[in-house]
Amino acid sequence: MEDTLLNKQPAATTGAYITMINGPVLKAGGMSHFSMRELVRVGRIGLTGEILSMDGDSAVIQVYEDTTGLRVGEPVVGLQRPLSVCLGPGLIGHIIDGIGRPLDRLMELEGGFISRGTKLDPIDMDRSWEVTPSCRVGDSVTAGMEVASVKETDLIDNKVLVPHGMDGTIEFVVAAGFHKTSDVMARVRCADGVVRPVPMFHYHPVRSPRPYAERLLPQEPLITGQRVIDGLFPMAKGGVGAIPGAFGTGKTVTQHQLAKWSNAKIVVYIGCGERGNEMTQVLEEFPSLEDPYSKKPLMERTVLIANTSNMPVAAREASIYTGVTIAEYYRDMGYDVAMMADSTSRWAEALRELSGRMGEIPAEEGFPAYLATRLAEFYERAGRVKTLGGKTASISVVGAVSPPGGDFTEPVTRHTKRFIRCFWALDASLAHARHFPAISWMDSYSEYPSEVQDWYHENVDKDWASLRERSRTILLEDDTVQQTIRLMGEDVLPDSQRLTAFTASLLKEGYLQQNSFSDDSFCPPEKGVAIMRMILDFHEQAKELVAAGCPLSLIRKMNELVEVVHARELASDDTAAFESLAKRLSDHLAKIGAERLAREKDTEGSAKAEDDLEGAGSAEAEGGPTAQKGEGE
Amino acid sequence: MALIEYTGAEKINGPIVMLKGTPGVGYDEVVEITGEGDEAPRLGRAILVSEDAIMVQVFTGTDGLIPATSRARFLGRPLEMALSSSILGRTFDGLGRPLDGNGPIYSDTKRNINGSPMNPMARVYPRDFINTGLSVIDVLMTLIRGQKLPIFSGNGLPHNQVAIQIASQAKLIGAENFAVVFAGVGIKHDDAAAFSAALSLRGSNLVFFRNLADDPVIERIATPRYALTAAEYLAFDLGMHVLVIVTDVTSYCEALRELSVSRGEIPSRKGYPAYLYSDLASIYERAGVLHGKEGSITFLPILTMPNDDITNPVPDQTGYITEGQIVLSRDLDAKGIYPPIDPLPSLSRLMKDGIGKGYTREDHPSVSSQLFACYSRVQEIKALAEVVGVDELSDDDKQYLAFGTAFERTYLSQGKTENRDIGQSLDMGWRLLATLPDSALTRISMKDMETYITPIREKMKQGAAVNKAEPVT
Repeated sequence: MEDTLLNKQPAATTGAYITMINGPVLKAGGMSHFSMRELVRVGRIGLTGEILSMDGDSAVIQVYEDTTGLRVGEPVVGLQRPLSVCLGPGLIGHIIDGIGRPLDRLMELEGGFISRGTKLDPIDMDRSWEVTPSCRVGDSVTAGMEVASVKETDLIDNKVLVPHGMDGTIEFVVAAGFHKTSDVMARVRCADGVVRPVPMFHYHPVRSPRPYAERLLPQEPLITGQRVIDGLFPMAKGGVGAIPGAFGTGKTVTQHQLAKWSNAKIVVYIGCGERGNEMTQVLEEFPSLEDPYSKKPLMERTVLIANTSNMPVAAREASIYTGVTIAEYYRDMGYDVAMMADSTSRWAEALRELSGRMGEIPAEEGFPAYLATRLAEFYERAGRVKTLGGKTASISVVGAVSPPGGDFTEPVTRHTKRFIRCFWALDASLAHARHFPAISWMDSYSEYPSEVQDWYHENVDKDWASLRERSRTILLEDDTVQQTIRLMGEDVLPDSQRLTAFTASLLKEGYLQQNSFSDDSFCPPEKGVAIMRMILDFHEQAKELVAAGCPLSLIRKMNELVEVVHARELASDDTAAFESLAKRLSDHLAKIGAERLAREKDTEGSAKAEDDLEGAGSAEAEGGPTAQKGEGE
Repeated sequence: MALIEYTGAEKINGPIVMLKGTPGVGYDEVVEITGEGDEAPRLGRAILVSEDAIMVQVFTGTDGLIPATSRARFLGRPLEMALSSSILGRTFDGLGRPLDGNGPIYSDTKRNINGSPMNPMARVYPRDFINTGLSVIDVLMTLIRGQKLPIFSGNGLPHNQVAIQIASQAKLIGAENFAVVFAGVGIKHDDAAAFSAALSLRGSNLVFFRNLADDPVIERIATPRYALTAAEYLAFDLGMHVLVIVTDVTSYCEALRELSVSRGEIPSRKGYPAYLYSDLASIYERAGVLHGKEGSITFLPILTMPNDDITNPVPDQTGYITEGQIVLSRDLDAKGIYPPIDPLPSLSRLMKDGIGKGYTREDHPSVSSQLFACYSRVQEIKALAEVVGVDELSDDDKQYLAFGTAFERTYLSQGKTENRDIGQSLDMGWRLLATLPDSALTRISMKDMETYITPIREKMKQGAAVNKAEPVT
């Protein structure tokens, strides 16, 4: 095995050799003819590395594989290109590591454990694909225009585009039918008279953003099927968001939920320095889950990148760039891509570890001074754009952040907040009470509502923005009320404030909570709005009654309220059930109000009767079996 | 390759010996350093090699070494462990050398103790439920075969007892294809003896690695790796189901910190090295199940949280890698509750896919979710009661408090040898929940209410009529 791979290496003896080894960081001498960020093979077994800095004749190299056993004096060979990922059909539905090697084929070659020195492209060059040409000989084309379409999965047509910097006329285009990945799709006679091929696949350096024509502002929401996100803190297509949270608060489950239910066309999921089993779970689960929009298996739109916590740290650093480059590749075809990076903190830590080994002077908590720059560079690769081919497409990025000790003031969370516009803060106390998703309605924010509300009003509900505002107001008021309750108990509060606390509890139990392991896992925005409207309408109606003197204890006893909390269990297309429940709730409230007011009228003028009534009222308040307080915070 | 050997060290600082640069020495290679008058060579590892110097980390300490006369011998290989089925029943020291006087292990199978990362593609997602017989674990933080689930504890809490009870009741001991690999890292003599006695009494297939509190500190960095190398061999070569217990991970991390400081590395939180996360991951991630292999590695590391602080880097970084955590509580322990496992901060990440229909019982997710929610509410009411007094609480809140007490006394609490079946634990859960009003049971679907709660309530009504001594009031 190793011998054949050795033969694959450029055999040139360049005279460059290792002078120092410190974990994944090497120093090499005789490097004057190498270039910065060049990809290299180190040692006799040919480990993959990248040049990080150069000083005269010597260079610092980070190695993407375990360096055990490497010796001083072993050769270093340059590959004359930067770290690149091979882009072509066959990425979707597969899992690759941080430097773009296919883990499925590595397993066939090496078994259950990953060994070193194996070099493989992420896609299979010999596989044949169904190709449909989309241009004709003689057409004049510019960079970014489509020359052929490859059926990558049932769901995705992989569009072969004219590479950047290539304009001219089509001299040859492939015939419809089956072709190999390595086949040429078209030839273009460029302005300089040279005929250049357009292959089905190509390499792109992962650290350089792919070009686009124009940057656009976000307009459409990225529907996630998560009520707390779609209803309160919406994400936009082309937006950037972060999910910070201490361990056990559900970062990964939330990321998985986004990967499953987002209405993006392509999902790129990066497991960066996280658990191996989590990637395995995605691999086992996604093929059997159905995309709610296309009804096809989720795997047919998903690209997975796994560099788990025990895989080499330098490759972890690269995995984020590999991921975003793949996202840009599909964006350029005109697709809306959603990318999840779990977790960007592990990426930052990899940066810190490598920086420490290189002996750089650290800034905060050992992180290098360029942490913020790198984060900005990464998040700025998201966005809604007009592609070179003239299509509107987007990359939405959601990064998980794992702050040590759950402390949001640490450098990675703090710097991330500067570059994102959607912040879904996970709250440990919610998680401990098993309120999931544990997205705090107090600490989270989204800057997208004003940009996406027109879309919501047109496509979901014309009251979306006002419902959202009203819910947030109630939750905000509730926060203050809860402080009083914690200090003095609920009984000292007037009924109007108790109603706020009660409605807030309905929102928390009935709306914000969502079980990702039940049928409720995906909630279409229409259903979310229906639940929210029901709760808010109840609030308005109850508020009037309470103001008119009707005791809250009477209202809280209504059986329908238990159903409201369980309304999320109703089938999402069962609008009749929602309408009927809303009507019964409203009717019952009206009845309570009418009875109460009637009794008050009856007893008007009779002081004795009024006293009786008060007595009855307080008995109800104590004995009400369904009386409850803002439970489940 | 011929072994490289020479005399004379340049510098000695704590566990670090600097030798002059020699071509042909590999990174991470084993070095034997022999001082004048040493009976046996001291084992070390080349942690930095360059043209000018080689930095060696000596596992067994550098006391008594004289730079000029120290002999270094490079073995041309990384730290390895010889493996065969005869490791079962043996006791080793922290560097994998037999301690029991039964001679060395002879085998052609030698593995690098650092192992290799498992390919995520080759993993099987763990789903097999392990019945530990402890209600709180089985129902609320289910242990799954192939999981890594640490016990977060504090000094003086019965974590060892809990680990022994899990190991012995989980039906992981006694049967032929089960084995326990135990690594004591910086543990007290008494604890080591207690473990050894409790586990071997039950006739287990036990492999014991022992680095005691007074053994060389740097040796601890290798001990868990030896244990996991042995476990991988037993699980993936011999097809055994292996439970690995490592205690105390905090001692391990302290050794790592000591080494890092000696090397002059830039520290991150609390002096721990920046690579603490990656280093711990290289240990924890070795648990799992592989396609096409019969065995599995379930990993139960134990760590004591300094000052019971869960945000300390050791538990914190651990929690980010492991698949949940079992947290012991000093409050519960003080109340005399055993096992003092606090369900609220505890968690099993793998349980969601290993419970319910086809795994444990259909109603398992509902019971556990509702018990969590209600017990969490109990804590809030307790806080309120401290301010306003119990008498001022509403009836509902008092019901919650009664539920809380019953939950702690009858559900969390159980005997040190009491082994509860999962069905039994789930039924107990429903009986406790039935004492609460409907409005408290928001996590249970309407259907489950009818199936499980209503019959219990009816029975309770009948029972209450006959005999007023209901357990929960």
